[in-house]
Amino acid sequence: MLRDITLGQYYPTESVIHGLDPRVKLGTTVLYIISLFCFRNFLGYLLAALGLALVIRFSRVPFRFMVKGMKSILFLLLITVVFNIFLTPGTPVLRLWKLTVTREGIVLAATMAVRLSLLVIGSSVMTLTTTPNNLTDGMERMLRPLKIFKVPVHEVAMMMSIALRFIPILLEETDKIMKAQIARGADFESGNLFRRAKAMVPLLVPLFVSAFRRANDLAMAMEARCYRGGEGRTKMKPLIYQKKDYLAYLAVLCYLAASIAVGRILF
Amino acid sequence: MSIILDHINYIYGADTPMAVHALKDICLKIPDGQFVGIIGHTGSGKSTLMQHLNGLERATSGHIYYNGEDIYDDDYDMKKLRSRVGLVFQYPEHQLFEIDVFTDVCFGPKNLGLSRKEAELRAYDALRKVGLPDELFYQSPFELSGGQKRRVAIAGVLAMKPDVLILDEPTAGLDPKGRDEILQQVKKLQQETGMTILLVSHSMEDVAEYVERIIVMNQGSVLYDDTPRNVFARYKELEEIGLAAPQVTYILHELKKNGLDVDAAATTIGEAAEGIMQALRK
Repeated sequence: MLRDITLGQYYPTESVIHGLDPRVKLGTTVLYIISLFCFRNFLGYLLAALGLALVIRFSRVPFRFMVKGMKSILFLLLITVVFNIFLTPGTPVLRLWKLTVTREGIVLAATMAVRLSLLVIGSSVMTLTTTPNNLTDGMERMLRPLKIFKVPVHEVAMMMSIALRFIPILLEETDKIMKAQIARGADFESGNLFRRAKAMVPLLVPLFVSAFRRANDLAMAMEARCYRGGEGRTKMKPLIYQKKDYLAYLAVLCYLAASIAVGRILF
Repeated sequence: MSIILDHINYIYGADTPMAVHALKDICLKIPDGQFVGIIGHTGSGKSTLMQHLNGLERATSGHIYYNGEDIYDDDYDMKKLRSRVGLVFQYPEHQLFEIDVFTDVCFGPKNLGLSRKEAELRAYDALRKVGLPDELFYQSPFELSGGQKRRVAIAGVLAMKPDVLILDEPTAGLDPKGRDEILQQVKKLQQETGMTILLVSHSMEDVAEYVERIIVMNQGSVLYDDTPRNVFARYKELEEIGLAAPQVTYILHELKKNGLDVDAAATTIGEAAEGIMQALRK
């Protein structure tokens, strides 16, 4: 029932992309997203799509897994497109009752749609090829300079990895409780909005109780192992750049150069 | 009237790399009124199989007939099936949510569309059947002890008056006293009401005493389906798949090996004791 949420779900397989240092993937994703917002022509988006397709190919994750993540933003995408088409001022192309479709609107809507889709698929590639633990590890390492400003980088990273770790657990738990209540005759699927919201109570109360119980257990287990934050803590598997990571950076650099040339980012 | 499973196959997460063939070609017939034990190691597919019986999971292929009707027919009333086949999940106390015990037990019967009065009568009846003391009826279910919570959860399913009751590891995480009490109550329930009961467990000790038929699951298939006596006679094969026969079986076999002429097939402590006494008198 609830297994079709991809965001933050790792797809286990072995590929070049899976084997990269998480910092490379994080950095690349951020760069990629920035580039998506800087392109000034359609050629740039073509380049971005091509680059993404190449990475997806290398990642050996079936394409439909990437698209699954799209489902969750479909609604958002639709609203963006509709608003852009109808509410952008410019040369009118079509008149529908009181609404005007403008040329600029169509262009803007198309740009937005492409941009959002590439953004979501692009970040899905990262989460699908990187385990949550690796991801937070990379994030922690990359944000380390912020420690100078007294930002509790390790603690934030730990919180994130715990949160990510709990997503599948809570999903499973939700599935289980849902089934248990359906077995008791609960109905989550029919009725109007109000009735459905009310039907969620038998699901949410046990879910909250179990989330608190798990949090409590985890805190206890961490304390029992003398966890006390990042101070003086070492890593069992420290992140070290390999040759392939440098190669990946080189590829990213090429992409960047190409997008500056093609997408007319700077001039 | 019975439950018939006809070549049931179930694959988890089909067409993903995580696909697992959880049930392989299961064929079973469970007649009315039988007390059946389902035994298997963690991950052997026993819980998944049970979730098929009330339609929570849908088989990838195969058919299930409840009282002669195919539950996968388009016009089959799943809701009615769920009221006929009651399923008590593992750690059922995790499903409690109401402000007091009594209201929580009323949840099931109310979902069946019964009147408030009828629902309350059934809840009261169910709570008595699981042996919960009256003074706890209006307490918050979250304040009870582990064993009491579990009784409340079982009552929550019993209040729907199912014809078939499936208990998935009803004794997991309970102390020996709590375990015995729950199993005794289940046995009593079966004797009084004659309902079909399926008891899922990974402990042979638990089921040996109570059930009349044991289904052993291993890696998604039915390995043995026989009386406890015949199943435990294969205690060596059971060990190979990570299960064990009850301790009496081992003691009796050991005694026999050492020259005492006992019937090694006894499955309960009572039977074994009698057998040993007889052998000694000879």
